Amino acid sequence: MFAVKTDKLTKFYGKNRGIEQVCLNVEEGDFYGFIGPNGAGKSTTIRLLIGLINPTAGSAEVLGKNIQKDRTEILSRIGYLPSEAMFYNGMKVRELLAYSASLRGKDCSKEAEQLCERLDLDPTRKIGQLSLGNRKKVGIACALQHDPELYILDEPTSGLDPLIQHEFFKLLGERNAKGATIFLSTHVLSEVGHYCRNAGVIREGRLLVSGDVASLVHTGAKQIVLRGTNTIPDIPGIQNPKAENDSVSFMYSGDQKQLISMLSQLDFRDINISDPSIEDVFIDFYTKEGE
Amino acid sequence: MTIFGFELKRNRISLIIWCAVIASMIAISILLFPLMEKTMTEMTELLANMGGLSAAYGMDQLSIGDYLNYYAMECSEILGLGGGLFAALTAIAALSKEEREHTAEFLLTHPVSRTRVVTEKLLAVLLQVVLLNAAVAAVTVICTIVIGQHPDAAKLALVLLAYFLLHIEIACVSFCISAFTKGRGVGIGIGLVLLAYFLNIIANITDKAKALRWITPFAYTDSTYIIKNTAVDMRYLAIGVAVSVICVIAAYLKYNKKDIT
Repeated sequence: MFAVKTDKLTKFYGKNRGIEQVCLNVEEGDFYGFIGPNGAGKSTTIRLLIGLINPTAGSAEVLGKNIQKDRTEILSRIGYLPSEAMFYNGMKVRELLAYSASLRGKDCSKEAEQLCERLDLDPTRKIGQLSLGNRKKVGIACALQHDPELYILDEPTSGLDPLIQHEFFKLLGERNAKGATIFLSTHVLSEVGHYCRNAGVIREGRLLVSGDVASLVHTGAKQIVLRGTNTIPDIPGIQNPKAENDSVSFMYSGDQKQLISMLSQLDFRDINISDPSIEDVFIDFYTKEGE
Repeated sequence: MTIFGFELKRNRISLIIWCAVIASMIAISILLFPLMEKTMTEMTELLANMGGLSAAYGMDQLSIGDYLNYYAMECSEILGLGGGLFAALTAIAALSKEEREHTAEFLLTHPVSRTRVVTEKLLAVLLQVVLLNAAVAAVTVICTIVIGQHPDAAKLALVLLAYFLLHIEIACVSFCISAFTKGRGVGIGIGLVLLAYFLNIIANITDKAKALRWITPFAYTDSTYIIKNTAVDMRYLAIGVAVSVICVIAAYLKYNKKDIT
């Protein structure tokens, strides 16, 4: 079964585009990264999935349930972290976590204490006095304390320091190993490379690509950098050639033996052949597609 | 009833302050009556002959030298305006404040239906209106006994009941506005109450504007009518009840479909 399945999901805010015809499939137990530049429609997609907004057209299922008809049941089985978590200012962290649990009809006080400890969050502090990063931690605790089946996280790491980010992904990894599905949106591409099994790229409201991270990154293309030369070599099939500061770089996805034999005839001081980084791959998606 | 309890807890300071201010103003007005009674009786004739102004407050038909008339007149400002503003501000904040402060995103991503959110918040608002009116009624009874007055209990109860119903109607209308707006409701709430209040005054001043009574909920709090007939004017009250019911239904329908952005 799919944890998240959308069918031509479309949302317009009046005349403004939110997302258009998004068909997304996330398997149960997956660790899925949802990537795209600002304003691409990541948050719109997520808000549709959790029923904060209603689709203009299309439909979606979360954990096999219809997002409009079974909204309350879906919400009882997921943990959601908003990108900008806002809470009732006068409350203490512990009170807020208890209120969140009571809205779910549960007592999660033990789990809440453990999460606060692991995230280095003082549960006796008042929410209004917390920094952005600490408020984010409260949001994380709210999303995790009831041990849901599916985690929907909107830019979960923004505002968190690297140590906490590491701890957070460790927590997610543990939950994922126990069978929970993780669906997170981000524009930190290295997070996707490190933690996600599958990923999708959204741009200008449309899903460009979705698949496993390894095959998205390992397209067979190589990044070649030559130092000690300024002339772009005349090799058929090279992409994105750039010449600057006494070096030349380009992408190549043709026959590799042929590449080597062509390179051997060139004059250069140093060579570096590597797989393109995940950043290069996705920036390629961000800028090239749709133009 | 988690949300209901939470709402009451969050609003308790505001409720206590409003109750204290309104009840103490009512108490002061009542306790001043013995001092003013003599002068008032003399002034009744004068006041009754001030034309439009007298009519605006119903003084052309009722003697304010009489305790119940005096009380009803004071009420029209303190309980009508003060209580009306409390009802409006509390109800307007109920749904829209969560959206303005982005806590709706927190609340509505828990497994609670929109209908449940609306119901519990509406009940919390209505209970606060009940508590305010109960405080006012209690203070009124105590202070009336203290100054040794014995007004007609039925008439007094009807005056208080009329204002209670006014507050409920204002709360229902404001609650509906709360479902439709995203924050910024405070101005609308204050404006609405003041507008209704002044429409009623205008309607009282001149017969030509009498039709305005069909619009303003203050019409059924008219103490001249209540004291004369020992009854609330059911025509105006029926409209008030209808408006309240329609507003509450509209609030449910709107909030269930609303996009929280």
